Amino acid sequence: MKILTLFSLFATYSSGNSINIEENVGQFFSSGHTNNWAVLVCTSRFWFNYRHVANTLSVYRSVKRLGIPDSHIVLMLADDMACNHRNPKPATVFSHKNMELNVYGDDVEVDYRGYEVTVENFLRVLTGRLPPSTPRSKRLLSDDRSNILIYLTGHGGNGFLKFQDSEEISNVELADAFEQMWQKRRYNELLFIIDTCQGASMYERFYSPNLMALASSQVGEDSLSHQPDLAIGVHLMDRYTFYLLEFLEDIHPASKSNMNDLFKVCPKSQCVSTPGHRTDLFLRDPGSVLITDFFGSVRKIEITMETINLTDPIQQVELSPVNEELQIEKYSYADQLPVSEIIHQRVHTFVLNLDTEQKVIGNIQQQMSLCRFHVEPTFTNEHLFLLIPPFERVLGIQNTPSVLGCIPL
Amino acid sequence: MATTEVEHRRGQLASLSIAAVVIIVGVPLWWRTTETYRAWLPVSQINELANLQLQLSADVEVVFARGTVTPEQQKKVPLTKTQDEEHTVDEDTALRYRYETKYRTANIMEEDALNQPSAADADLSLHTLSESLCGSLVVYVIPESSSLLPEDVDVYIGQRRTALLRNGAQMRVGRTMEQLLAHLEPRIRQVLKVMSFSHTDITAALSGRVRLSPGNKESIADSMRAFKSSPGYEITFSLLNPDPNIDSQTLYYAMLGVNPRFDSSRNAYTLNSDSLAHVINPVEARLGSNAASSNPVLNFLLYAPDAQHSPLYIQDRQKQKVPSNAFHSPRWGGIMVYNVNSFYGPEAVFPVDINIDMAKVMGVFLAQLRLLLGVQSSTTPPGFLVAPCSSTGLADWELDRLMWSRSVENVATAATTITSLAQLLDQIGNIVINDNIAEQVSSAVTSLQLAVAELEAGNLGFALQYSKEAILASERAFFDPSLLHLLYFPDDQKFAIYIPLFLPMCVPILLSLLKIISDARQRRKERQAKKD
Repeated sequence: MKILTLFSLFATYSSGNSINIEENVGQFFSSGHTNNWAVLVCTSRFWFNYRHVANTLSVYRSVKRLGIPDSHIVLMLADDMACNHRNPKPATVFSHKNMELNVYGDDVEVDYRGYEVTVENFLRVLTGRLPPSTPRSKRLLSDDRSNILIYLTGHGGNGFLKFQDSEEISNVELADAFEQMWQKRRYNELLFIIDTCQGASMYERFYSPNLMALASSQVGEDSLSHQPDLAIGVHLMDRYTFYLLEFLEDIHPASKSNMNDLFKVCPKSQCVSTPGHRTDLFLRDPGSVLITDFFGSVRKIEITMETINLTDPIQQVELSPVNEELQIEKYSYADQLPVSEIIHQRVHTFVLNLDTEQKVIGNIQQQMSLCRFHVEPTFTNEHLFLLIPPFERVLGIQNTPSVLGCIPL
Repeated sequence: MATTEVEHRRGQLASLSIAAVVIIVGVPLWWRTTETYRAWLPVSQINELANLQLQLSADVEVVFARGTVTPEQQKKVPLTKTQDEEHTVDEDTALRYRYETKYRTANIMEEDALNQPSAADADLSLHTLSESLCGSLVVYVIPESSSLLPEDVDVYIGQRRTALLRNGAQMRVGRTMEQLLAHLEPRIRQVLKVMSFSHTDITAALSGRVRLSPGNKESIADSMRAFKSSPGYEITFSLLNPDPNIDSQTLYYAMLGVNPRFDSSRNAYTLNSDSLAHVINPVEARLGSNAASSNPVLNFLLYAPDAQHSPLYIQDRQKQKVPSNAFHSPRWGGIMVYNVNSFYGPEAVFPVDINIDMAKVMGVFLAQLRLLLGVQSSTTPPGFLVAPCSSTGLADWELDRLMWSRSVENVATAATTITSLAQLLDQIGNIVINDNIAEQVSSAVTSLQLAVAELEAGNLGFALQYSKEAILASERAFFDPSLLHLLYFPDDQKFAIYIPLFLPMCVPILLSLLKIISDARQRRKERQAKKD
């Protein structure tokens, strides 16, 4: 009898386990995203705003640790604290008192730095309206299956966020920018975190679907900083981000914690201000949203079941020149010029036939004390046309069909 | 006194003329100089586009081989029928599918081709006879007794745009042509669903525009896997070698990032599917996939495990070995594990030169590329035999299907982009609309209209080309850097700026005007009193 009950218990346990695996499979495809992006912005400059840069860098560090690659992170830091001349420990940005944790590390890729962090650039990154010359690392190339994390920190007020001490972005502009992102389906789901004074006012005006927002303080409250470090002389982190970082340090890529845990970070007893959140625009239930859906980058995987039988050998396509004239001449670099050899240089001079039909260049070696450069003589007419005129005067040469001269490289 | 009267009049004239200048010249000047330049946009045409009515036409030719029709039935051919199918997707989008079917009998050369020993040979020789256009199909109806198809197979789908359909014998004797056609029609419709566009594919292509209720898990996975339509793709192939004891062309010191487990039952290392998800991220950082363009990137990686971890096999959820030893990630690319331990014995001196069998590797990568680009291998109905695709990698009808869905996707996306751009420009009054944006919008609208017309006519190649032009122009217009709405002025800020400028000027003018009016009224009263 006992054995029977034990056996039945064991059977139910193992069947329950297998159901769990199937659920895990299902959960892979329940979030609907295939890639993750992060836009992390620090909007204040000056040494006494050290904590804002430390905030942003600690979120950057967590996001990278959980798997989002640099190519998918747009990091905007308005000032350089690590190499600031008031930093007693250069090349470091600490987040804990007594310099326990250096969030700067040695693998930081800052995409927008210093004065490039402006309201205009921020809105351009979000809406995608960048000039065509912008490199790929400065763009937010998300698609309709991207989950985006946006983190803003700095000094703010009721309905605005201050950039660089000279301009501000209002909550209406931010809401419009998100609506434009939604119109072009530039995100699947978006998590917006803001750590400023009166941060909750920034998400009041959102009206696009699939947005979830967290703020460190309500309207009328100030977000406070955490602790100063006496050696560095400034406050190192803000309270909300400090406890957020502590929470994220416990998350690993396979973790199953969900957003409800994130909402509990930094209660009023620790934060002094009241953190707020907004989930009414979000379609899924926050309890089913994993932290790694936004902070990490867990890829969906499918096993490749089919292969194609390639039996015919692939024809090599020969790229042969069509006729003789199209043969391109080989260019090669000149030898570099070590200073000690400059004095004893041989000079290659050349005879150039400026007859337009021929493109033959010969060279004659000659010892010449006037010009002391070593020249590798394999360039075409076009190069010489550009270089000859300045030296004609030096050498006193008329512009005759055959020109003798020396060209430095 | 006279002088004060003159002064008074001069004062009145002065204030009246100042007021006139301010109102007649100043106000229009201020209006013109503070308005934003907005070039003309074809708003009415854009509003028409918001309501998307697409018609897709496919040409089908049904050829009866000898033995499938009786002489009485044969008198009725050649014959053409047109069928329409209407679908309303939502209140803004409607689809109509038109099938133009031409029935005829086979000619001598086609009969010869159908007498080949196997279906693949017949397919090849049939293809050389007629070059079918993009988007069209030819279905050959062969008699029951034909030996081309195996026993349980009724339909053979070739690599080009032909299919072989085996007709049931009972439909031949004593029936009229109409009954034969009625019997064949559902079967031909089934073939069309596989080889040409189907309603599920087209509605999936419209997913950017229409919020569809999520179907079953497979359809969600399908929609997430394939890349969206894009003007170009970057494809990179990389070889990962963690331990260069094995000499190779491309050297990466990139580990997989997960530890494979040793499975003693198979004497090999295994990676199960749960750990596969964590393989990609550590590798991606070193891939250098920051290509110069902004096109989506597909990465194909070949991983040759090091000697300590060879051989390495991938397991699926049922703990079975996967024959291709490869996996792929939706919208990212694929990774294949290539075991090289069979190329050297246990006493080999490292480094060893290995030649990788690229045919096998590329076969797997090609299969993954097909999945990632959206070449749907939908489940074929029972009784269908699909020819395996050759070294070209893609059958012509698969290319046609891809072209149908991409054209529809491009048209839908371009229409949505244009309409939302028009809405945006309408809502936010102070965005400047330059001439080049108006030009792009107009050209996008024209290309869209042409694309829709070509889809209706059934010219698939032109339709795709126009839809590509439309989407390029609309994206360029929408993402133009000059369209940034930076300046948000709430009303109280507007008042705060204008009042210090205009109030000091307007108050004296207003007061003097009021004074003039009250003086005039008083004078009229005096004159009235004098008269009385």
